[in-house]
Amino acid sequence: MAAPVVARVGGAKPGAQVILDVEDLSVDFDTEDGVVKAVRGVSYQLRAGEVLGIVGESGSGKSVSSMALMGLLPRTATVSGSVRYRGTELLGMARQELNHVRGAKIAMIFQDPMTSMNPVHRVGHQIAEVVRAHEDVTRHQAWDRAVEMLDRVGIPNAPERARCYPHEYSGGMRQRAMIAMAMANDPDIVIADEPTTALDVTVQAQILEALEKVKAEFSSSIILITHDLGVVAGMADRVMVMYAGRAVEMGSVDAIYDGPRMPYTLGLLGALPRLDADGNERLVPITGAPPSLVNLPPGCPFQPRCPLATDLCADQEPALLATDDSNHLAACHYSASLTGEISPDEVFEVTSADATLGAELAAGASAVASAVASSAASSVAEAEPIGAAEQANSPVEGPE
Amino acid sequence: MLPFIVRRLLVSIPLVLLSSFLVFVMVANAGDPLEDLRLNPRTTEAQIAQAERNLNLDKPVLERYRLWITDVLVEGDLGVDNKQQSVGAQLRRSLFVTLRLVLAAIFIAIVAGLAVGVVSALRQYSLFDYGSTFAAFLFFSLPVFWLGVLLKEFVALPLNDALEDLGFARFFGTVQENTPGFEGGFWDRLNDTAGHLVLPAFTLVVISFAQYSRYTRASMLDTMSADYVRTAQAKGLSRSRVVTRHALRNALIPVTTVIALDFGAVFGGAIITEQVFQWKGMGTLLIDNIRQLDVNMVQGWLLVTAVTVVVFNLVADVLYAYLDPRIRLD
Amino acid sequence: MTELDTARAVDRERRAGRAALGVGAGPEREFTVEARSQSRMVLRRFVRHRLAMTSLVVLVLVMTLSLVGGRLWTYSYTEITPEFSTGPSWQHPFGTDGVGHDLFAQVLRGAQKSVQIMVLVAVFSTTIGVVVGAVAGYYRGLVDSVLSRFIDLVLTVPLLAILIVLSKRVEGSGSWFFVAVILGGLVWTNLARVVRAEILSLREKEFVEAARALGASDARIIFRHLLPNVTGSIIVAATLTMAVAILLETSLSYLGLGVRTPDTSLGILVAAGQTSAQERPWLFYFPGLFIIVIALCINFVGDGLRDAFDPRQTRVRR
Repeated sequence: MAAPVVARVGGAKPGAQVILDVEDLSVDFDTEDGVVKAVRGVSYQLRAGEVLGIVGESGSGKSVSSMALMGLLPRTATVSGSVRYRGTELLGMARQELNHVRGAKIAMIFQDPMTSMNPVHRVGHQIAEVVRAHEDVTRHQAWDRAVEMLDRVGIPNAPERARCYPHEYSGGMRQRAMIAMAMANDPDIVIADEPTTALDVTVQAQILEALEKVKAEFSSSIILITHDLGVVAGMADRVMVMYAGRAVEMGSVDAIYDGPRMPYTLGLLGALPRLDADGNERLVPITGAPPSLVNLPPGCPFQPRCPLATDLCADQEPALLATDDSNHLAACHYSASLTGEISPDEVFEVTSADATLGAELAAGASAVASAVASSAASSVAEAEPIGAAEQANSPVEGPE
Repeated sequence: MLPFIVRRLLVSIPLVLLSSFLVFVMVANAGDPLEDLRLNPRTTEAQIAQAERNLNLDKPVLERYRLWITDVLVEGDLGVDNKQQSVGAQLRRSLFVTLRLVLAAIFIAIVAGLAVGVVSALRQYSLFDYGSTFAAFLFFSLPVFWLGVLLKEFVALPLNDALEDLGFARFFGTVQENTPGFEGGFWDRLNDTAGHLVLPAFTLVVISFAQYSRYTRASMLDTMSADYVRTAQAKGLSRSRVVTRHALRNALIPVTTVIALDFGAVFGGAIITEQVFQWKGMGTLLIDNIRQLDVNMVQGWLLVTAVTVVVFNLVADVLYAYLDPRIRLD
Repeated sequence: MTELDTARAVDRERRAGRAALGVGAGPEREFTVEARSQSRMVLRRFVRHRLAMTSLVVLVLVMTLSLVGGRLWTYSYTEITPEFSTGPSWQHPFGTDGVGHDLFAQVLRGAQKSVQIMVLVAVFSTTIGVVVGAVAGYYRGLVDSVLSRFIDLVLTVPLLAILIVLSKRVEGSGSWFFVAVILGGLVWTNLARVVRAEILSLREKEFVEAARALGASDARIIFRHLLPNVTGSIIVAATLTMAVAILLETSLSYLGLGVRTPDTSLGILVAAGQTSAQERPWLFYFPGLFIIVIALCINFVGDGLRDAFDPRQTRVRR
């Protein structure tokens, strides 16, 4: 099983310092059914002041990878690889030392603000708590800072509101309070794990606005984890698409959205409803479901659902390699053939798999099979897989 | 908070009154208090009739209840028992004795139970956890009376002997709540009381402790995996702060309910323990008077007990509301 | 582009081929879970729980022994043997008392009564508890308020106190049945609360509305749709009630207010044994240990059942 090969991406903002360097991060969970490989060798870099969007469906490992670097995973998880914050290795750090980083240098905002706040403590108290944990200030000073933070995220009547309990807040206010809690110590990095998923669409906009404001005022870097491509498009500088525990595409927002090089990304974009679409166009879903992370088949994990898949895809898992733009990486043997203006419906079936299957069974499957087999075999042989060519030609970092 | 307390009180009062009525009917139908008198060939008709009038037995049940309850509510007078002695005075004395036992037991059980429960939850699947789990199951299965006799016969004596060998005075008393006719200063009396309290309290502690530790463990396991604990960890708070201020603080809420519900069972256990150790408390009072079918006494007893339980539950409710701000709006 | 068309064709062909062969198609091949009925899964989980299984075996043995052992044993519980005040021996495994009764025979008889009462109490209290809980949870509103207050009422005075008051009337050889009735009539409150809580949450589900729309009567909805989903909790609560029942019954008998002579109960035996506890400790220990073993096994089995019906994902295979 080849370890994924990583190419370093050139800086999005020239001269900006790399403050987080994640290298080959892997997370395994020990369960009754076996070892679940939730994250399988993820690598990325985060620069000061940039927003990195991590996109993927449920189970892709996007949340787990962030919780790993914060040390928030349960004891059943085995974390390997390297996560360096400003040169200091975070993985394996003693809890006491890690507590100096968490909440002060790296902060996290979670998905459901109702359950993420302690229901029996006042909101102001919970924010003041994180201040007092990292700075030597009096209770009064910490409380004042809490009120100030609530005000900055747009909570009206902050001094009174600080004395309220979480259940007395509305959903949007709660999430903003969580943002206030995260920003209270002016962290370098804010990890927002699906901050808008649990909220109404109208409230989502408010939260994103609050995050934008926060980024501007505090000049923090943000890791925005979400399955919502629309959210990412608005806020992120760079995007990393994850599937089955690995990064399958990485690049600037424009590059990815305009020209995805991995069929999965293309599929995701196709499944997204667009305001500028023709009313008669159907959404293009990706049929099937993500693979089980316990029994991962060899080869590309997207292969069962990929219309471009060949036998090579089933045998060898493609590495995350640079495409013709060195800042744009994709993990697909056929990423070169996805250049140009391809719309998702050219690659994916517009109708659902059930309808297709039903029609084919009625037509007589065996007849179809033998007729297409001969022509298909010859055409497939013509399409050259990328990996082989690249590995033959360019110097690439070998697997570890 | 105050309107909450008032509301709870208002709900409790009709409850107590209704239960007292049901109990009255129950006791009144439990048998004939004048049985002995009637069987005695030497009592005359007139004497029987007089006794009946004294105990209001000539009136219908509803009327008797009305008379009794008005006395209680208006004058706070629980009447007199079959031997013409004040019910109220006896109950007061006995209640103090029993409460001493019950409250001591509950307090110790809470402290020990919470500690063991928290440690078990934090060190899940460790030897300590398995050990305390097994111990809890064992304690659940112990009959109170058997444990009491065990301590009285087979533990007190060897312990006292050991103390004596070491040069100390014998400490553990097993008969009654104080040595009868004991004379001495404040500290001596305190020592005597304590010595007589230890073993009976321990008997009661054992079972409640098992309950509280299991519930605390389960509750802590729930809260430790809650999202807000994860947030607290993400905030970089120290481990002890996360465990106490966040996890335990929330875990205590359901445990409070358990402790409140358990009070009745502890009281019941105290009745048995008093029999074993021959304490002159509420237990002995009830059993003796049941045997004699003393309606007034039993009525009074049940009313006082019901009020005690209700008061205890009210305290628990208030504590619960203090711990969980979400229900204060209730 | 030809490559894409070819790829799509190949993909379609493959899927069709697989469908024709009946083999699991591409994306679905990862799903290897077979559908199992719920009761089989519960049974499977319970059997895997070693402690609960062991306890169940021991419990069944002890209960069988209690119920029929008396008839098979060499001595009867009233028989006076020439060996008195002897400790445990091969002839008298539990020893004899001061008069010459064989303690093993007495314990078997006492256990028989205790077990009979325990089972009856479980039946009575489960019936009452389920009905009260289901009605309160289903109808809500006034009915629920009244029933809940009633439950609170029953709980207001310590159980033992009520038992003591009620059992004054119990006399004679049919006494054990009366004790079972009284106990059964008082220990159902916990079960009622559990059932009520579950019904309250279940009745909001759509299948209830669907059933009502199809014209099902209230009783039918409760018994055929709602309650089957609550069986897990009922079984667990009923099991644990048995443990409570045997402890209460023996306590009552110990106080002299439960089972009466000529019958005997484990509680009576302990009470009798305590007076001579120093000289003949076996008279005290064995009846008590019998109670403990029964109650302990019930508790383990109940815990195992609870885990089997509602497993939490906290175990990690090492």
